[in-house]
Amino acid sequence: MATNGLARTLSSLRPAGDQRPWPRYAAEAALWTEIGQRLGAGEGDLLALWGEPQFVHLALRAPDLVKPCVVSIAVRNGQFPSIGRYHAPAIRLERAIHDLYGHVPGNTPDDRPWLDHGAWGLSAPLGKRKRSPLRDPAEYKFLRVAGHGMHQIPVGPVHAGIIEPGHFRFTVNGEHVARLEQRLGYVHKGIDGLLIDTDIETAARIAARVSGDSTVAYSFAFAAAVEAALDIEAPPRAQALRGVMAELERMANHFGDIGAICNDASFVIAHAHCGIFRERVLAAADQAFGHRLMMDAIVPGGIAADISPDGVRTIRTMLDDVAPHFAEIIQLYDDTPSLQDRTCTTGIVGKDLVAKWAAGGHVGRASGRDFDTRRDLTYAPYDKVKFDVPAFTAGDVDARVWVRIREVEQSMRMLRHWLKAMPSGSVRRKLPVTRKAAEGIAMTEAFRGDVFVWVRVADGRIAQAHARDASWFQWPLLEAAIEGNIVADFPLCNKSFNCSYSGHDL
Amino acid sequence: MRTLLLKSLFARPVTIDAPSPEDAALAEIGRELEKRARKLFGRSLTIREVDAGSCNGCELEIHALNNAIYDVERFGIKFAASPRHADVLMVTGPVSKNMKVALERTYAATPAPKWVIAVGDCACGCGVFAKSYATVGAVDKVVPVDLHIKGCPPRPIDLLKGLVALMDKATAS
Repeated sequence: MATNGLARTLSSLRPAGDQRPWPRYAAEAALWTEIGQRLGAGEGDLLALWGEPQFVHLALRAPDLVKPCVVSIAVRNGQFPSIGRYHAPAIRLERAIHDLYGHVPGNTPDDRPWLDHGAWGLSAPLGKRKRSPLRDPAEYKFLRVAGHGMHQIPVGPVHAGIIEPGHFRFTVNGEHVARLEQRLGYVHKGIDGLLIDTDIETAARIAARVSGDSTVAYSFAFAAAVEAALDIEAPPRAQALRGVMAELERMANHFGDIGAICNDASFVIAHAHCGIFRERVLAAADQAFGHRLMMDAIVPGGIAADISPDGVRTIRTMLDDVAPHFAEIIQLYDDTPSLQDRTCTTGIVGKDLVAKWAAGGHVGRASGRDFDTRRDLTYAPYDKVKFDVPAFTAGDVDARVWVRIREVEQSMRMLRHWLKAMPSGSVRRKLPVTRKAAEGIAMTEAFRGDVFVWVRVADGRIAQAHARDASWFQWPLLEAAIEGNIVADFPLCNKSFNCSYSGHDL
Repeated sequence: MRTLLLKSLFARPVTIDAPSPEDAALAEIGRELEKRARKLFGRSLTIREVDAGSCNGCELEIHALNNAIYDVERFGIKFAASPRHADVLMVTGPVSKNMKVALERTYAATPAPKWVIAVGDCACGCGVFAKSYATVGAVDKVVPVDLHIKGCPPRPIDLLKGLVALMDKATAS
């Protein structure tokens, strides 16, 4: 991955827009394509790819770049050169851009619709919006799988549990999965559209609901992006409390996931205990911040309200209470071969795939991609606290469980640090109103991986914004993880990924 | 494993441990719920949850009904995998247009008598996603709704209260 070709290509581009803290450049077709080829050759990570009515933007990072950056291309004759042609992780993003804005990725390897199921009565709702006849949602060309004894199992969109909707098309040979193809987009709510020309307060509430389980991470990234655009910083006390909320959210989700994975292997005792741990965290969050999931608690400029007077004590008591019990359950996980028989060597994702897709969170870190936004693109309050980033190489369900276990321990460590040395002072500052359009970008580490938010602020309002969930680069790897595994292990694989449908479908 | 089981023999149930006003409310609602569920359904009320475009916040709290703290099965209420087995549909989300057909089909697949609970602000039509090209709005624009439980997301305790209210309604009709 270490060549400086990508940096050289970028150095020949001219700056565009007023974007902070990463630069934005304008590219013409030839250099845009070259960037796609270099990403395809493994010279950098694709961070995001999104549209607006006249442009397509691409965010990337590379080892030889000081900072990540954004490259923009103007759409000409309704087209832009496909990145997905050279770099597969871009394909679904380009299909989404096409469905929302109508921009055609030239020479794309996959021109099927993605978010547009033919139910909107519109084509290109955020671009040159046109009335469009309704299509039968079943009209979708799944990839063909041929071979002796192959048969298909269609699952969803309504699944068997209390989970989000999506369609999984399994082609199996006996018990073994030959191919899984996902069809997503069922919970598309038009979030990028709702964010256009919106007051900042409303936009923050929408951003907080991109994926409910990561509401803190999204509010955090949205607030940080707006603050970057306005060139301000949240007060130190707000920064520390944002960290507290983010780590509480991570703990709650990891407890839920660890339990649910064990449950899918019929190891119900771990599930029951992890459910209780999760409740303890949510109850403490409720007590400290007034909402179990801490929704809308982080706002641009700081946080909505200071921690309650007994909040610090409540969280500390919860940590003291949960930590020893959690250690016992982990011991139990480690000491139960029948459970590990299900999780070890199941659903392996290779190091090459997580590197290519720049997969974040437990999916990347279980397969040797040692990246964590909190450390590698650090932001307050993580720049002033010590923590380890656990990484494993087995790439199986078990490794994804261990990433979560070790992260819970690190979260507890950080929480104790912040609770002991909480800065004093105000928790929110007023946002300045700037006439001139300014752009801000921010990434935070949600429990499942990196969340990316880009905003353009003008006249004290959000002009345009985009949010990209970690799931975009994890869902495709789930298709790879299940290949060759038995159907019965799919729930385990799926739960060990726990991708967001809502965060992906937007 | 053995130590854990041994400990469990002497541990108090988490459900009634450390009473607080919230827990007292839970126990009270629970008893009320059990009485009515038994009368109406012979202690068997089955719910099918349908996410029709939610952000997944509501799902997290509905999930919590099944944990050891809220343990909704005590009251004879359980969640089923198929609408064929359900008495109640709990529907979340602003009904994305991409989920409308699936919701209609799930409703059609649920045998009568059936009740629908719209869970959360989005499902009640007052959420942040109501005014989008991609959403229908409220659940009652797609299937008849018997009860609305507001909240973003509603707390598990509110969901339990809602189930009591539904029992009232079902008994009356």
